Amino acid sequence: MKERFTKGMARNIYYGGSLFFFLAFIGLTVDTVNKLPQTDNRENLTEVVAFGKTVWENNNCVGCHTLLGEGAYFAPELGNVYTRFGESTEAIKAFIKSRPVEGIKGRRSMPQFNLTEEELEGIAQFLKYANGIKTHNWPPNIQG
Amino acid sequence: MNLKYESQSVAKLYFMAAIGLFVGQILFGVILGLQYVWGDFLFPAIPFNIARMVHTNLLIVWLLFGFMGASYYLVPEESQRELHSVKLAKILFWIFLVAGATIVASYLLIPYARLAEITGNGILPTMGREFLEQPTISKIGIVIVVLGFLYNIGLTILSGRKTVINMVLLTGLVGLAVFFLFAFYVPDNLVLDKYFWWFVVHLWVEGVWELILASLLAFVLIKVTGVDREVIEKWLYIIIAMALISGIIGTGHHFFYIGTPGYWLWLGSIFSALEPIPFFMLTLFAFNVVNKRRRDHPNKAATLWALGTAVMAFLGAGVWGFLHTLAPVNYYTHGTQITAAHGHMAFYGAYVMVVLTIISYAMPLMRGRKANSMKAQVVEMWSFWLMTVAMVFITLFLTGAGILQVYLQRLTDTPLPFMVVQEKLAVFYWMRELAGVVFLIGLIVYLVSFFIKGEEEV
Repeated sequence: MKERFTKGMARNIYYGGSLFFFLAFIGLTVDTVNKLPQTDNRENLTEVVAFGKTVWENNNCVGCHTLLGEGAYFAPELGNVYTRFGESTEAIKAFIKSRPVEGIKGRRSMPQFNLTEEELEGIAQFLKYANGIKTHNWPPNIQG
Repeated sequence: MNLKYESQSVAKLYFMAAIGLFVGQILFGVILGLQYVWGDFLFPAIPFNIARMVHTNLLIVWLLFGFMGASYYLVPEESQRELHSVKLAKILFWIFLVAGATIVASYLLIPYARLAEITGNGILPTMGREFLEQPTISKIGIVIVVLGFLYNIGLTILSGRKTVINMVLLTGLVGLAVFFLFAFYVPDNLVLDKYFWWFVVHLWVEGVWELILASLLAFVLIKVTGVDREVIEKWLYIIIAMALISGIIGTGHHFFYIGTPGYWLWLGSIFSALEPIPFFMLTLFAFNVVNKRRRDHPNKAATLWALGTAVMAFLGAGVWGFLHTLAPVNYYTHGTQITAAHGHMAFYGAYVMVVLTIISYAMPLMRGRKANSMKAQVVEMWSFWLMTVAMVFITLFLTGAGILQVYLQRLTDTPLPFMVVQEKLAVFYWMRELAGVVFLIGLIVYLVSFFIKGEEEV
């Protein structure tokens, strides 16, 4: 039986299989990118939101939080924080602003990032935009 | 006892750097574990996000050092010629080490936003995405080092004997370089950003890195078992065939809940459910060839690492991956401690262990002996068991935490807020930290094993 399945056959499965599925993946990627306008909330992707995304990145927020379930698992999910905070960008800004510099004794606390008003507005608008992405109803409930 | 090719010894530098950075990674792991239960530990000097970045980035950098060292060792022997340029390998080593150390030091010394500012992240923004936090300029440095490395390795392979092992390794390394380029694509659109971010992360660890893993393991198994190359190459082909057939479309298991079309729920579930198959075959392969061994290689520790890699990769990547890969399950587990559990065991089982396997095999040879003394090997095997068992427990405690988290935060009729749930998980986190300390002890034992003398096996 061993002779019947030769190294040549194994090699052909490797080349054929990976090529086929790689091409299929490219095809699916093209299709996905074409379909994204239906789900990715791009109509609300304003300049402020784009700026907010850079604030999100430049402060490495994903190092503690998840966003749409991706990131670190140390702090709450933020993909739906806009809903959780009563659909208020002001509440989000107030929370970020009020973090104590020295933290909270014995507990996890978000650092004080000393963001400017413009940056605060950006990050809040970015989180509002993320909240509007259609994710097949994930997360399961408001707690994220 | 001399090396077959003198240039192989350049691998030693790479392996030493890899192990050094590994120690740093674990120290920060222990800090992070403590921060989970002692929230303001080292705060605000080293907040969690910074420590995590150090932990994950050190892992990536030391694994890359390991892969490069492994290639420099393996490729001359497989190609039956000296390395194209030892000098280039040494220059790139120092560039990469200085760059890696600078990245980590800058995370710790400079606030991240300031780092983004002074490295000109505004010009070509690539920072602040998970695992790809390095400043843009450092990323460019990584690309240059990898290109130089590929040039060196590629020329050696292409002008020497081409074996299945070195060709598969080369394919994996080229894939690593190509997919890293997606790290430079950071669109404003969050969904697009996330979609192509996985082209680096998933297509690395569940794609081309598996080629590297399988070829390194195949190389060591040929050496320690003496089993016919034909047999091993057939296994190698079929394993990597299954890895790519399942793993490429399997990327879809990350496209469930990030704003992508619904067909990914099906495609991602089905194909990623097949991802354990290549890992299971890897286990069969390793045990099969060790049982059929034609020689008793004196390096027992290397054989243990090789078998351990296969088993732990299957458990961590295969079993723990499957645990939460089906879309309806992932709906509840996505972004919880279940993911952390899987991530830890998969990275350790597949990539950490394969690098330690080749180090275990090659390091004694580079130090002028076929294998270390039995005394040294026993210590090394102790470190194998300490680290591996500790990792099993880290994974189990995180899984326990994850199940409870899923229940309290997502499944029950009265879901609790994230932070409330986290406090209820404290006992699991304490136990995980304890297992983490055992891992660190195992790592110290591992370091000690390099300094144990005794009767050498020649």
